[in-house]
Amino acid sequence: MQIKLPFSRRREVTPETWTVCPSCESQIFNRQLERNLRVCPTCGHHFRMGIGQRIELMLDDGSFVEHDAGLDSGDPLGFHDQKPYVDRLEAARIKTGLREAAVWGIGSIEGQRVAIGLFDFHFMGGSMGSVVGEKLARCFEAALVERIPAIVVSASGGARMQEGTLSLLQLAKTTAPLVRLDAAGIPFISILTDPTTGGVLASFASLGDVILAEPKALIGFAGARVASGTVGEELPEGFQSAESLLEHGFVDDIVPRSELRPTLSRLLRLLPVAAADDGLQTTGDTRGWGPIGVLSGMAERFGTAVSETIGIEVEQPPADGSGPASRRPREDER
Amino acid sequence: MSEIVLSAEAPTAEAIESAWRRVQLARHPQRPRTLDLIALIFDDFAELHGDRSFRDDPAIVGGPALLEGRPVMVIGHQKGKDTESNISRNFGSPYPEGFRKAQRLMRLADKLGIPLVTFLDTAGAFPGPAAEERGQAEAIASSIKLMTGLQVPIVVVIIGEGGSGGALAIGVGDEVLALENATYSVISPEGCAAILWRAPESAPTAAAAMRMTAADQLELGVIDGVIEEPGEGAHADHAGTAAAVKQAILGTLGRITRLDTEALLTTRYARLRGIGLVRETEVASPQLPQEPSLRRRIGRLLRLPGVPRRPRWSEIWPSGEDADANEEGA
Ligand SMILES: [Zn+2]
Repeated sequence: MQIKLPFSRRREVTPETWTVCPSCESQIFNRQLERNLRVCPTCGHHFRMGIGQRIELMLDDGSFVEHDAGLDSGDPLGFHDQKPYVDRLEAARIKTGLREAAVWGIGSIEGQRVAIGLFDFHFMGGSMGSVVGEKLARCFEAALVERIPAIVVSASGGARMQEGTLSLLQLAKTTAPLVRLDAAGIPFISILTDPTTGGVLASFASLGDVILAEPKALIGFAGARVASGTVGEELPEGFQSAESLLEHGFVDDIVPRSELRPTLSRLLRLLPVAAADDGLQTTGDTRGWGPIGVLSGMAERFGTAVSETIGIEVEQPPADGSGPASRRPREDER
Repeated sequence: MSEIVLSAEAPTAEAIESAWRRVQLARHPQRPRTLDLIALIFDDFAELHGDRSFRDDPAIVGGPALLEGRPVMVIGHQKGKDTESNISRNFGSPYPEGFRKAQRLMRLADKLGIPLVTFLDTAGAFPGPAAEERGQAEAIASSIKLMTGLQVPIVVVIIGEGGSGGALAIGVGDEVLALENATYSVISPEGCAAILWRAPESAPTAAAAMRMTAADQLELGVIDGVIEEPGEGAHADHAGTAAAVKQAILGTLGRITRLDTEALLTTRYARLRGIGLVRETEVASPQLPQEPSLRRRIGRLLRLPGVPRRPRWSEIWPSGEDADANEEGA
């Protein structure tokens, strides 16, 4: 096993270099931009963020462990446009230090373990081919086995054309595990960042139990070019923005980058993994409801009619408080 | 999928001509459409309308039918026959409500325990602002998810164009078949050419590069069978085509209805999980495991010399410049 640290690719940020904000046109020193989580200090424009910085932003320091780092793409179609697909992959690897457009691993957010997948738009437009799809499917499957929440941070133009329908079918490959997460009672939080379009939005990214978006992020089914070509009309400004999706009911909230970590931590506490249906008993947990706690509460209030209507037998919880296990204790509670 | 080793070369003139001929046949105006095939294949069919939320999308049709006397649920994209019907059916490109109607019918099939048969024939889901506002991506994603977990057997037949997410939204099956001159692609050849070749006139080249013919799709493991078309092609013989499609559906249903629900779902899951080319290598993550020794931790905290600093993820995978414009996905 060879471990290579790509320090040579480390970007030297010198104070002389600055970036012009595409939104307000103010000049921002790069060092200041990085310190400010790549958010324009003047207007709040969210610059795109790489996977490394995203890990540092969201996860507890030193908690992230990457899984399946060795998964590599091949060239299943022998695809050649203006240059061969394999050359594009190699160029992207050199440019980004990544092996593919997404990584997945396990880390923690304020002590709460999560399986997390992250995209980098700078690797071939964050496009999803066989390997990206495989990594996400394994991320969801790990969440299922470990009974921990799943989180995916998307930044992708969609399915990778160079792998043809094999990329298209990744929409189904990454979505199928979500049915199992539903059955197992494991929450999935989808975070949409600039840009999330095409096949990624038309699969798992739109199916979070909670969907969050970054301010002003471009989010849409069709790339603007495809849409204007097909529809043949001027497209209204901002119709594919995070704000428009919030207005139309397709995302739960827009969260500025500085608020992302506390927001996730809160949601993870509010949306705990359901009790495992394996007869596992835990004691001393007073915060849970028990599997039918809500229903039994209703039954108490409305008499037996409700429980008859719903068709669930309501058990009285034992007086000593050793009711049915509601959920497993989290790592930090043991 | 076994690894297919091909030399990455620009498609030959011959390959381009052959692929483009299939694309044109798949789009042939006289090709039998979903309702044509339904009339020829099933003993009875009751079309049901509407998504129960917004409106009825005529670009997708569906309802219960009898196949050799046995109940099935049929859903398909519906293109028009002439300009007028094409406009009313939006050229077979569904809005979100089309997919939501499909979902409603899938749930009904699930409730009654009857197999689902779908016919794919669309250039793609409609991409306009109204479709976006009503959640085109969510509608496709939800349809795909519903199909991956549906507890009844699903047979998918690509009868014309299998255009991207709009096709897959009703195209997740236990067996996926395609007519000989049908196509299946991640993006239209015109769209692919516009992005990767920056020239829409390179559509035939893009069609060959994407390997979108039924035969190619079979070789790639995306579909499970190719249904031969009679004579010159489906457009010239609707009855013959319908007979071939009917035989294929009966054969497939005979196989997959023998599985119990658990085996059916396990097999469907495994089929999807196996699609694509993934190579396992021994390359490790660039981040070294955190050294837990106390000396190191104190040393780092106090910034003592000689104690190596743990590399930061942002140095290993930095935020970078934009992607090349012609590398975006679809
Ligand atoms: Zn600004």
